[in-house]
Amino acid sequence: MSEVLILGEVKAGSPDTRTLELLGAGKKLAGEMGGEFSLLLMGEDVSGAADGALQYGPAHVYKMEHPLLQGFKPDLWVTALEQAYRKINPKVLLMSHSFVGMEVGPRISARLNSRLTTDCIELAMDPEDGLLLRTKPVSGGNAISVFKFQGEPQLATVRGKVFAAPEPGDATGEIQEIAAEIDESMIKVASLEIVKEDSVALDKASVVVAGGAGLGEEDGFELLEELAEALGHYFDNVMIGCSRVAVDKGWISSDHQVGLTGTMISPDIYVAVGISGAIQHLVGMVHAKKIIAINTDKGCNMFKVADYGVVEDYEDVIPALVEKLEELS
Amino acid sequence: MTDFKIIVCAKQIPDPEAPLSDVRVDTEKMEVIVDAPLVISPFDENALEAAVRLKEDLGGSITVLSLGKKVSDTVLRKSIAAGADEVILLQDEQFEKLDSYSTATALADAIRKIGEFDLVLTGRQAGDWDSGQVGLILGELLGLPCISLARDIQVEEGSVVVQKSVPEGYERVKAPMPALITVSNEVGELRYISRTKMLKMMRGAKIPTWNAEAIGVKTEALRKMGIVTLSSPPDMGRDCQFIEGSSEEQGEKLTEVFMALR
Repeated sequence: MSEVLILGEVKAGSPDTRTLELLGAGKKLAGEMGGEFSLLLMGEDVSGAADGALQYGPAHVYKMEHPLLQGFKPDLWVTALEQAYRKINPKVLLMSHSFVGMEVGPRISARLNSRLTTDCIELAMDPEDGLLLRTKPVSGGNAISVFKFQGEPQLATVRGKVFAAPEPGDATGEIQEIAAEIDESMIKVASLEIVKEDSVALDKASVVVAGGAGLGEEDGFELLEELAEALGHYFDNVMIGCSRVAVDKGWISSDHQVGLTGTMISPDIYVAVGISGAIQHLVGMVHAKKIIAINTDKGCNMFKVADYGVVEDYEDVIPALVEKLEELS
Repeated sequence: MTDFKIIVCAKQIPDPEAPLSDVRVDTEKMEVIVDAPLVISPFDENALEAAVRLKEDLGGSITVLSLGKKVSDTVLRKSIAAGADEVILLQDEQFEKLDSYSTATALADAIRKIGEFDLVLTGRQAGDWDSGQVGLILGELLGLPCISLARDIQVEEGSVVVQKSVPEGYERVKAPMPALITVSNEVGELRYISRTKMLKMMRGAKIPTWNAEAIGVKTEALRKMGIVTLSSPPDMGRDCQFIEGSSEEQGEKLTEVFMALR
């Protein structure tokens, strides 16, 4: 029977949110092609997560358990996934466009000589030829393209929050074990250490004050900090964001970056200061409820998506704004 | 290590920072038409910067590979001015609109033709199709250790040690060379080069052009991107209300806006 296989990811002993969303996508596609959908979990011990996943309706939950699959070691995950693929032979293979999927996707595409489409926002089976129609934003978000390729597996990574998890129900599927034939010698890239860094959780912000190239210098972020602090009297979770250029210039760390290759956010208020609005930035913040732009260039993209605009040097406006906000607090 | 050799794969694309008014989606031809000059894809510029820094430390040479139906002068001049010793243009009618796998296949053949090297660097993804595949597929096809999302690259005793961005911070990883590394923007932007220096550097540069036959790629293995449709995204535009007046007045009015949103 035609099968849609999902590579899942486990967080704190359960399938993570995006894995559940993928199960939703898998269920839809399985329905369209008259087949079934299944989940593959890899790790040292994924029993709990596998049991938990059954209620979402997969026909099989495949467990690949091995001490070396603990943590994400790309070399071993790619090899293990290739082995699982060759045993299961699914028609469609999906993974999340997550940190894991972004690395495993292209590499498994090379191993299986099958074309991959990344960061898909819609998937459907073409009833004519049974191939996967893969919808993906391209050109930084300037256009939406639908792709189709011959061959198996039909391969895609999927953006978060576009599919809904299936409603939990009776668990009718079965759990099946697949052996991972891997060993240390297959690790080409060795992990020396993981250094944890404090990072801002921009997607949790209700207000984001963001700066870009138009700040002109690193010190510009000090004014934005002052504004964030003043807004903090009135709003919870005010955070600092930035454009890609500000990171490239070394003004601020990349965890503050908003956009396609940074964080995609939809806060209540987005304040864009000196950000002209490259499309890859806009797609990351355009769903903010209110957008306020401060820029000296009246013709810039940011004013086209903003609700309120101030055409002025931020070094003049922001101090005036901060003073007023402080005065009223 | 005077003959340390780095290969950088750089793609030319229409400027992704172009104003929205200069971007048009041609649904018939299934092309995004950008009325702006071609530039090096931003993450590939980051990769080139990483390569130039390594060359400053280690000596050796940088070869830039750029593949397309027709490669523009921009890629060439900017790469050479930044410090590339050679730019190889992979140019052929057959190279138009290839899918990621096929692009990687052609690049792999070109790299095999080059022969010896220590590192291959690519950007993490290109600014036109945002696919993020070519680098890693290339690494796999060449059988190299693959490291993605590098933000710092050092060479230590014959190995490459990379700070790789991971969700919780960064991971220090180590691999034997040759290796393939995809570079992220935390590496930093490509250095600025004056026009005078650019012209001077251009004089000594080698700029060979290789076509499909020259690299010996099996053209029947090259496939085009399978685009079924291309359409405009939903309109993101809003009606912007401009706040006028002196800075003080603007500050005051903005404060009112914020107060109303509480």
